[in-house]
Amino acid sequence: MKLKADRATLLKALAHVQSVVERRNTIPILANVMLAVRDGRLTLTATDMEIAIVEEVAATTSRNGACTAPAATLYEIVRKLPEGVEVELDHGGGDAPLVLRAGRYSTSLVALPIDDFPAMTAGALPHKFSLKADTLRGLIDRTRFAISGEETRYYLNGIYLHATESGGERVLRAVATDGHRLARVEEKLPEGAGGMPGVIVPRKTVGELRKLLDEVSGAVEIALSDTRIQFHADAVTLTSKLIDGSFPEYERVIPQGNDKVLRVGKKDFAEAVARVSAISSERSRPVKLSLSHDLLVLSASSPDQGTASEELDGNQVTYNATPLEIGFQARYLNDITDQIAEQVEFRFSDGTAPTVVQDAGDDRALYVLMPMRV
Amino acid sequence: MPALCRDCFRVLEDAPCKCGGRVVRHAELFSLCLAHIDCDAFYASVEKRDRPELASRPVIVGGGTRGVVAAACYVARMAGVRSAMPMFKARRLCPDAEVIAPDFRKYAAVARDIRERMFRLTPLVEVLSIDEAALDLAGTDALHAAPPAVVLARFAAEVEREVGVTVSVGLARNRLLAKLAAGSDKPRGFSVLGAEAAQYLAPRPVRLLPGIGPAGAARLEAMGITTLGQLQALDARTARARLGEEGPVLVARARGEDSRVVRPGREAKSVSAETTFAHDLCGREELEAVLWRLCEKVARRLTENEVAAAGVTLKLRSASFATRTRAARLATPTLLPERLFEAGCRLLAPAADGTAYRLIGIGADPLAPGTEADPPDLADPSLTRRVAAQRAVDALRSRFGEGAVVRGRGLPRGSTS
Repeated sequence: MKLKADRATLLKALAHVQSVVERRNTIPILANVMLAVRDGRLTLTATDMEIAIVEEVAATTSRNGACTAPAATLYEIVRKLPEGVEVELDHGGGDAPLVLRAGRYSTSLVALPIDDFPAMTAGALPHKFSLKADTLRGLIDRTRFAISGEETRYYLNGIYLHATESGGERVLRAVATDGHRLARVEEKLPEGAGGMPGVIVPRKTVGELRKLLDEVSGAVEIALSDTRIQFHADAVTLTSKLIDGSFPEYERVIPQGNDKVLRVGKKDFAEAVARVSAISSERSRPVKLSLSHDLLVLSASSPDQGTASEELDGNQVTYNATPLEIGFQARYLNDITDQIAEQVEFRFSDGTAPTVVQDAGDDRALYVLMPMRV
Repeated sequence: MPALCRDCFRVLEDAPCKCGGRVVRHAELFSLCLAHIDCDAFYASVEKRDRPELASRPVIVGGGTRGVVAAACYVARMAGVRSAMPMFKARRLCPDAEVIAPDFRKYAAVARDIRERMFRLTPLVEVLSIDEAALDLAGTDALHAAPPAVVLARFAAEVEREVGVTVSVGLARNRLLAKLAAGSDKPRGFSVLGAEAAQYLAPRPVRLLPGIGPAGAARLEAMGITTLGQLQALDARTARARLGEEGPVLVARARGEDSRVVRPGREAKSVSAETTFAHDLCGREELEAVLWRLCEKVARRLTENEVAAAGVTLKLRSASFATRTRAARLATPTLLPERLFEAGCRLLAPAADGTAYRLIGIGADPLAPGTEADPPDLADPSLTRRVAAQRAVDALRSRFGEGAVVRGRGLPRGSTS
């Protein structure tokens, strides 16, 4: 194979694919990217056996063919080439090295034959629908922070995506939980998603997809089966295995009767939490919320460092229920308020029961937070 | 040289006591205040106390033909029987021994009695195991109107008279030496180690130090080190270079130096249960069935002690006596047998590869306060109900006995009743 492409095009594509490749790898070929040249197109493929990413870019091709080369090294080299330079990739076939030339620079990289490169097949993907990139970003951003890292409950290591009904409307729902907090976001059900099975999209796939979405403005085509999901946007296709497990019956843990309502400005609240919790370097220490009529006192203490508190009064909060004291991990509060535009609405039951948090101006997202002992 | 009669507690001037009792002499006898107290052949002594006709016979406490020796009395020890020795070997060495199945509840009650007596001597008692404790008696002279040595001699006599088992006492300047002293003169011993400690240790084998086992001793021997004196001679740098990170600590220990203080109220670090099978087991289901019963036992002990398991350790011993342990942390501490069981099964799965096992055990380690057990879990909607169910089971069992409620999982396979 032989081709010429400009550095910027190549760099962008390599950046996408090399991030899927696992750094620590016992199978050498999985550290490689497959480069395939065919009639004016260069196709780059990388996989970790769970996720495969394929990207197509335009190139000036002079000889069709394919080879594989170390993804991270190739990316580093191209990144260090001067801007605007034209890059030539040349592989003589068989065991020949991959030669890269750019200006007066040249390198010869050990290439492995494509026969050994694992192909990840998607199989039939019967359910197909499309989402705006913006919408998909929203589903991911408002749930991914709650994905669990607990290995033994592998079925929590992703976002649960499924079609359901909410308030009489058919919706596409994304849910994630780590047992301490739960995030549930829904969007109007897109056409074609009606019959889809509930699927759990793994954390790494969510991360890779989210990176790609930064550069996408149009629509993302989604296709899935029971075991695979595929995202296609612009020239990139991301295919991933799904987590084989059943997601817990999360609806049962969402409290219905919480009637003590606190409304507070997101900015006031988030900043106060950050200031108050700065007293403790221990991340798991709680921030205490003490509530009385139109008054919220946030406080935190650390056995070694001291105490801190801040008052938010009637100008900043509304609260009309009976006084309440409750504690939460500061980071968990901030993870949620980060996703809220202006007004935060908390719905409490008591100091030990799960609390519901929502954006007062947007009921598509709902969060549940377990209190900590204070 | 200061001396004390251990039988009439008279302070002597180096002469034998008029009462003809056992006299302990040491230059620092009345200034040392760190003690290590160790019950002699504890389980066997308790059994002998309860069955006086066995007093002069060899007694082994342990289970069946397949278990190990939990304790051997000094008569049995003369035949070569040691604790932790496989039972069949002990029986071969001492065929006429009286073998008694252990009654841990009884031993725990006796141990508790002895412990309570220790706390009357000083609040600084660190319980090290069921039959061992370290005591710091510094500053108690005025309280007892006697120096620690006298207080300890009275204590040993009191336990022997009122509890019915004997103890050995080590008195020294630090915990390490006190332990070594206690071990040096068993049973019914009273031994003192003062400034002569380094000299005393020098000719002795490295195995004497707690923490140096057969493997460590073999490693040291490969370097030409067999006595504590050879370890004492190393400077810190050489020690580190030749023995690794732990080298300097080892050398300090060999010199009889130890800076650990007695921390009272230190609780058990783990709660565990294990069992040796009557016949080797290799099937995963069979092993899991036993594991479940052990998990219920551990959960019950955790509940009794108001602690929870923050992690789980699985122990397996193969038919060829190879022991493997595997450990995992739990996402949140637990008191539920099924959560211990789930974690235990995950650890067991890779080991249940057809190997024949003779023993399985499961332990809760590390421990967390019982109040932190099983917090509500948004990813496990049934947890709160299961916690409530377990409390109900515990309540029924404490009222009507262990067999009052049996979980389906605990029933023998194929049983219908």
